[in-house]
Amino acid sequence: MGNTLAEKLWRDHLVTKGEDGAPDLIYIDLHMCHEVTSPQAFEGLRLAGRQVRRPDLTIATEDHNTPTLNIDLPIADETSRIQINTLRDNAKEFGVRIHSLGDADQGVVHVVGPQLGLTMPGMTVVCGDSHTSTHGAFGALAFGIGTSEVEHVLATQTLPLKEFKTMAINVNGTLPKGTTAKDVILAVIAKIGTGGGQGYVLEYRGEAIRSLSMEARMTICNMSIEAGARAGLIAPDETTFEYVKGRPHAPEGSDWDAAVEYWKTLVTDDDAVFDTEVDLDASELEPFVTWGTNPGQGLPLSATVPNPEDFPEESDRTAAENALTYMGLTPGTKLRDLDIDTVFLGSCTNGRIEDLRAAADIIKGRSKAQNTRFLVVPGSARVRLQAEAEGLDKVFIDFGAEWRNAGCSMCLGMNPDQLKPQERSASTSNRNFEGRQGKGGRTHLVSPLVAAATAVRGTLSSPDDLEDAPAALV
Amino acid sequence: MEKITTHTGVGVPLRRSNVDTDQIIPAVYLKRVTRTGFEDALFAAWRGDPDFILNKPEYANGSVLVAGPDFGTGSSREHAVWALKDYGFKVVLASRFADIFRGNSGKQGLVTGILSQENVELLWKLLEAEPGKQVTVSLEDRTVTCGELTVPFEIDDYVRWRLMEGLDDISLTLKHEEDITAFEATRDAWRPKTLPAKTEPKQHVVAARPAQ
Repeated sequence: MGNTLAEKLWRDHLVTKGEDGAPDLIYIDLHMCHEVTSPQAFEGLRLAGRQVRRPDLTIATEDHNTPTLNIDLPIADETSRIQINTLRDNAKEFGVRIHSLGDADQGVVHVVGPQLGLTMPGMTVVCGDSHTSTHGAFGALAFGIGTSEVEHVLATQTLPLKEFKTMAINVNGTLPKGTTAKDVILAVIAKIGTGGGQGYVLEYRGEAIRSLSMEARMTICNMSIEAGARAGLIAPDETTFEYVKGRPHAPEGSDWDAAVEYWKTLVTDDDAVFDTEVDLDASELEPFVTWGTNPGQGLPLSATVPNPEDFPEESDRTAAENALTYMGLTPGTKLRDLDIDTVFLGSCTNGRIEDLRAAADIIKGRSKAQNTRFLVVPGSARVRLQAEAEGLDKVFIDFGAEWRNAGCSMCLGMNPDQLKPQERSASTSNRNFEGRQGKGGRTHLVSPLVAAATAVRGTLSSPDDLEDAPAALV
Repeated sequence: MEKITTHTGVGVPLRRSNVDTDQIIPAVYLKRVTRTGFEDALFAAWRGDPDFILNKPEYANGSVLVAGPDFGTGSSREHAVWALKDYGFKVVLASRFADIFRGNSGKQGLVTGILSQENVELLWKLLEAEPGKQVTVSLEDRTVTCGELTVPFEIDDYVRWRLMEGLDDISLTLKHEEDITAFEATRDAWRPKTLPAKTEPKQHVVAARPAQ
């Protein structure tokens, strides 16, 4: 019997095989750090008198706490400033490379790794951040870890782990125009639930996945964690190799040839067996949005707010009741009729250049809905520079959007970009949890296309709700 | 790490499913650089509600949390575990846990026991009928006892052994240091290194200003 891609990656990083129920010891190729989940790990090293074993496989950047305005001024919030300074001090003390605020390579850690060419097929990638699953788009085994594990990787460059189970997500058919990778993953999560992926690596397969760009694949793998999965994976192909080639840390010459030769073996064998398989027909998808307070509570944009009484399971019913109360929604209301106060375009899910281009295409030559605020936050400083080189900043500013510096921004309420209580957002980020974007804030997760159309109309909208919608999208 | 074999304390019924780590500790509390002192942040948003379970005096000293399915989903923040521990919780019981949360708990000596949802419901009823009722969790026997009720729970064998022995992972791994060094010698040349740092040409990043 053959092996799945996940099994091959595991096998190729096995330092020791666990015996008598003990976990395997897995080698980590790349460890990324940010300011929030690392201070206590570095402190742990210091207390134990340990060093970072492989600073040359470690990189840090600042993203969660950083403001997206006035980045050349001292950070106003004292606790944020202390946390960021702590990361800078730790990086210096332990010899870890860091890209700080103001540096062209600063940004959301999961945007920075791939753009530097540090994320490649066949690697193991970890970070103290659950959205590390993003890097699985390259055919790398990439997963989020807690602070104790951050310390463990810093000290040993390994992790003790039990092998993950495998699940195939077969996305067959062709995506209709106007639907995106974000709609695919929101539909997957709605289908299998926020706990459906627990213990599994999800391998996304099928025609619809093959046709996606690298950035779109990252969007899909990014949200694997929202289905509870350990990681997401997409087998590498020419699209992947093309994306990696020529990036600052991409292999060169004979190293490149050797790498590609190996990468081509990183596919699930035809006779391999997954622990579970799930099928999804891409051709039936339409723009998907969430109505509730977890990413599994999603529906097509054409739907209405569900009635909790229609859920057969009691726990789902209670969860829906709680969600509707928090979200201030009434069953039966058309999702398209919901007024949106703030549109957020950005995050490790949808803050890359293609996301900005797609949104800019829709809003170009239009004006923003008067009562809706539109925040555009590039995923990294490089993405911002690239967008400016293409003139996208001007499109956004002319439209009436706020053009910001890079960071996690409104994806999570730990920097100045937050929703006010009861404020309703359409957000291209990944979590609609209670209070995630600010205490009392109400989040609807959407694709960049829906975000842009919503910013035009002021209510949840898709591009085909617009007059003279761009032909490519309808 | 402290050894744990059994724990007895007040059981707290939390009738909620999908309690994500943003609920356990909102992001605004994650800016601290210390490992302790997170008790005030636990369930911060819900604690503003006088009807929230931990605001009832009988449950305020709870140390065994009995929660709905899919506890600990979302963000990887270990602060969620620290907040539960700092508040005084030693054990969380639920029918399903998110993987990262469960992993983090094991590292920090917070016991996460998996019960059938049916048994969670039985515990909820007992703990609601008699607020402040004690629950005994035995890692030795893998059982939860509340009054006359004794039900089994599941926990990974290895994690259970480590909790009962009070062992920490890094020391265990460092026993394999020779294996790690040997593995490193076999790594392919194409695998990237972060140092020396390579980047695209440096460029000035203009600071965005607040809208006028």
